[in-house]
Amino acid sequence: MLEVESLTTRYGAIAAIREVGLTVRAGEVVCLIGPNGAGKTTLLSTIAGLLKPSSGQISLGSDDITDWAPDRILRSGLALVPEHRRIFADLTVNENLMVGGVTKTATKRAELLNQVVELFPVLGSKLGTSAGYLSGGEAQQLAIGRAMMAEPQLLLLDEPTLGLAPLLADVVFDLIGTLRTAGLTLLVVEQSARRILEVADRGYVMRSGEVVVSGLAGDLLARQDLFDTYLGRNADSA
Amino acid sequence: MTELLQQVVDGLGRGGIYALIALGIAVIFGVMHLVNFAHGELITVSAYTAYALFVAGWNWWLIAPAVVLTAGLTSVVIEFVAFRWVRGAPDFTMLMTSFGVHFLVQAAFVMYVSANFRQFPRPGWIFETWKVGGVSLEVFDLLVILFTLLTLGATYWVLHRTMFGMSLRAAAEDFDAARLMGIRSDRIIRGAFALSGLLAGVAAVFWLMRSGQAGPTAGLSPMLKGVLAALIGGLGSLSGAVLGGVVLGLAEVFLISYLPESLVGLTDGIVFLFIALLFVFRPQGLITVRRAERV
Repeated sequence: MLEVESLTTRYGAIAAIREVGLTVRAGEVVCLIGPNGAGKTTLLSTIAGLLKPSSGQISLGSDDITDWAPDRILRSGLALVPEHRRIFADLTVNENLMVGGVTKTATKRAELLNQVVELFPVLGSKLGTSAGYLSGGEAQQLAIGRAMMAEPQLLLLDEPTLGLAPLLADVVFDLIGTLRTAGLTLLVVEQSARRILEVADRGYVMRSGEVVVSGLAGDLLARQDLFDTYLGRNADSA
Repeated sequence: MTELLQQVVDGLGRGGIYALIALGIAVIFGVMHLVNFAHGELITVSAYTAYALFVAGWNWWLIAPAVVLTAGLTSVVIEFVAFRWVRGAPDFTMLMTSFGVHFLVQAAFVMYVSANFRQFPRPGWIFETWKVGGVSLEVFDLLVILFTLLTLGATYWVLHRTMFGMSLRAAAEDFDAARLMGIRSDRIIRGAFALSGLLAGVAAVFWLMRSGQAGPTAGLSPMLKGVLAALIGGLGSLSGAVLGGVVLGLAEVFLISYLPESLVGLTDGIVFLFIALLFVFRPQGLITVRRAERV
């Protein structure tokens, strides 16, 4: 479904990611783990079209989306839930969801809104509330719900548990399971490496802008050396 | 008390025009992080349009909508010709571009029309007054207040009840996040310039009804007032821009009314002093704007 080949993205003279390769097949949950500054967010931003790569290729299905704008990539079925959620705090929950479905017709938006509210009942009870007043967990649900309004086939989640209390992080990991059951393909960047490897099919470990290890999630989970060398102590906590 | 009421009405009339100009400036700042110093040129173009239509024999009832549409169209053309090429460039580049447009339009009118101001008749009925409980209300002020409220109401409706409006507000808060939602930057920026231009057009109608003249620098003073109002309210805040306009209008009227006659000429200077003081205590303006950093 998603094929990334030899991707390099630079901030000025500095390469934030170098010659990165990655594959996500339909129906999979793939995770991207690694220490801070490994280039995970840069990779997702590049795939979603926010950053332009200096070399390499990104394919979504049969399309080469390397130089596409974010709106075109979204219309092709790839949505990104960015790091720190980036919900529109001055807009109401309902308006955030409407904006998430901007590429859809009004009828379709109403239908999708019902589906999202069914998936996230807490949002349904706060449709008229300013998104800035939501708790961290609610805001994360809104960020995911907003992306779901675009009916993506592939959802990229960037640090979905960042800043959340452990109990709320559990909700997000449950949610990842729910999304997978709903037939969504997921590429998840997550600091809590052990937790995400438990729910993912495959994983990629990044360090200093490069993919250093990849494999089946179960295999990666069994490799204590990986945690000692690349992921550190924080990777064990949720 | 009567005198105070009188001044409030005068201030609201004046502030309404500033609010409309400031709102247009705030809309553009929201989506582009640009203080558009070319915004005044929309009023300059409006002024020459009004003058040309007068010469062609049109009356104010026809000229007013023509001016509004011309300002909206001019704003879109300026975006297409000048700003679209520097999108994504550092804020300073866009600022310089806006100065460039400002000076180019002025120079074009000086070279191809005239450096002198052209007068055209103002509608006499706007200076008529109605006496209500001892308060003398000028028709012009009432008209400005009424149309400002109607325009703000319509703008509010567009911003809160249409997909374009919601997208524009989302883009103003976090442009990249809005792009991730599928909002097309081209369309939203063009729409923002159109809305900003239409607001400037409504403001221009009233400004021109009062001034009755067209000249290469006709837009300079309204632009400066609009920028000041937007700054007072909190740059980028739409409600702040409206509030800033009203505050500026009221401040000017009160100063003109209460300053000794020998000091009335210092009104603008004193207003600037107050604004400087405001920024000492509230650098963000009257309303704080939440905005995400761009990626």
